[in-house]
Amino acid sequence: MDRVSYIGIRAIQVVPILLGISVLVFMLIHLIPGDPARTLLGPRAPEAAVQALDQKWGLDQPLLVQFGRFLGGILHGDLGDSLTYQESATALMAERIEPTLWLLVASALLTVLITVPVATLAAARPDRLADHAVRLVPLLGLGMPTFWVAIMLILLLALTTHVFPVGGFGRDFVGHLRSIFLPALTIAIAISPITIRSLRASMLEVLGSDYVVSARAKGLTERRVLVAHVLRNAMIPTVTVLGLNIGWLVGNTLIVEKVFALPGIGALMIDSILSRDFPVVQAIALVFAILVVLVSTTTDLARSLLDPRVRLR
Amino acid sequence: MLLAESVETHAPPRKRRAQTRRWFHRRTLVLGLAILGVLVFIAAAAPLLTPYNPTVQELSNALKPPSLAHLLGTDPYGRDVWARLLYAGRIDISVAVLAVLTPFLIGTGLGLLMGYYGGWIDLVVGGLIDLVMAFPFYVLIIALVFVLGAGLQGVFVAVALIGWVSYARIIRGEVLSARDREYVLAARASGFGDARIVLRHVLPNVVTQAVVFAMSDIVVVMVGIVTLGYLGLGVPAPTPDWGSMIFDGQTYITSDWLIATVPGLAVVVTGLALSLIGDGLADVLRT
Repeated sequence: MDRVSYIGIRAIQVVPILLGISVLVFMLIHLIPGDPARTLLGPRAPEAAVQALDQKWGLDQPLLVQFGRFLGGILHGDLGDSLTYQESATALMAERIEPTLWLLVASALLTVLITVPVATLAAARPDRLADHAVRLVPLLGLGMPTFWVAIMLILLLALTTHVFPVGGFGRDFVGHLRSIFLPALTIAIAISPITIRSLRASMLEVLGSDYVVSARAKGLTERRVLVAHVLRNAMIPTVTVLGLNIGWLVGNTLIVEKVFALPGIGALMIDSILSRDFPVVQAIALVFAILVVLVSTTTDLARSLLDPRVRLR
Repeated sequence: MLLAESVETHAPPRKRRAQTRRWFHRRTLVLGLAILGVLVFIAAAAPLLTPYNPTVQELSNALKPPSLAHLLGTDPYGRDVWARLLYAGRIDISVAVLAVLTPFLIGTGLGLLMGYYGGWIDLVVGGLIDLVMAFPFYVLIIALVFVLGAGLQGVFVAVALIGWVSYARIIRGEVLSARDREYVLAARASGFGDARIVLRHVLPNVVTQAVVFAMSDIVVVMVGIVTLGYLGLGVPAPTPDWGSMIFDGQTYITSDWLIATVPGLAVVVTGLALSLIGDGLADVLRT
């Protein structure tokens, strides 16, 4: 299959997934036991308010009509109104998007900065002490609750050095940088076990390939072989793994933003859950899922452009 | 010279490497089982290891430093931290193991059907899998627990609704490669029915991968349960849970850092034991 039709097919495949995501998010409200409006507003809310909400959400109409309205809203950028604030969910998210974007970019960067040296160290001398130590990292990392790592970093780095604030987003660029470092480091610690394992495996694979043997036979130093030949070719799968794990990254922003009191979308979702603000929860779940699908599809396409061996099975 | 050197230095280590790898994995299995055994024993023997009730508050005794009476001190409500740690282990480990059981069964069943029959069931369930995978784990589980209602029941249902996906994918892939093997063809040629072939011949050969995955899945689910507990959506108070213990201790991190640190270490050690078992099991089953 040629490149253009591969890209075309991958792009078309996204459409049913996006549609399915909106069905799933739409169905969330129907999983709430009893009358959703009553459950969300609480037992002491006046009957008139409950009925008004039922009517606003059209819960008395047929399911298909409800879904049509929901989908129409999405296409017009209308994801419903917050129950807590006098604002639309879209407006609330727009106010909070900046810290989340900072956090996502910074954690991706830090993850690469941690992954590359550690994986190289392990792959350069397989089954030696350093390699065994590195292979223990994923085993340890999997069981580390992100929120606990965040608290430990606050305890060990923020409270002792006073370089990094224990929470908030800072006021200017430097303030943002200092505030974002520990949250991003937390997420990088959560993700790197996966990326380290993957980069180590791809480097070992590349190390066994013919062109590395010939590079060695040419008399190149081991360091040059590693950096110029092995690392370069092993980077593609690592970036791919990072892209494909964007869901894990995004999911962790929820918890990290909450612990570090970063005013981002993730913390907004947790706060909305605690204040039973359903429309905002629904809107954020939808936006995060769409983001994940778009990023992982883009990663997949980028990989197919970089590596001609990747094709549809 | 160079070529000879490369042959000499690179061929034999490969053999040695395979041997050390096997030894490494066997040892990880034993080590993992040993750690988990100790943890389960401590959790099960909790009433013998501490005289305190983990839920009884004694406010006059709050935030006491570690002493002989209170090995790890007391929390902001005057409860013994060591007692809460042990009883929380009972809850969190057993809930994680139980919560993984349902998705394991559902996923394995669906994966068998998808792989063996293919066709529309593969298409429909496959689409559903893609859909669930599109959501970030924490976003989906927190949203589901929210709509289903916080607490253990909500956690069980949410984990089941999300978790089956990985098992179905793994089993489907395994079945696809097993479907055309000789033993399946032989069973078919003998005139056995589909149900008998799938359950008696295919399942025993493909289930090991799912069992290996279940080990790391228990870790992920346990961390998820602890996280939900931290957010106030999991194990309901005052039942001890490592997550809510960390939440309670977080405010006092500058003065009484043990309260928030120790439950996290308990999660890490439990996770490490299970991961070691999974890693070792994978290797033992492969050979």
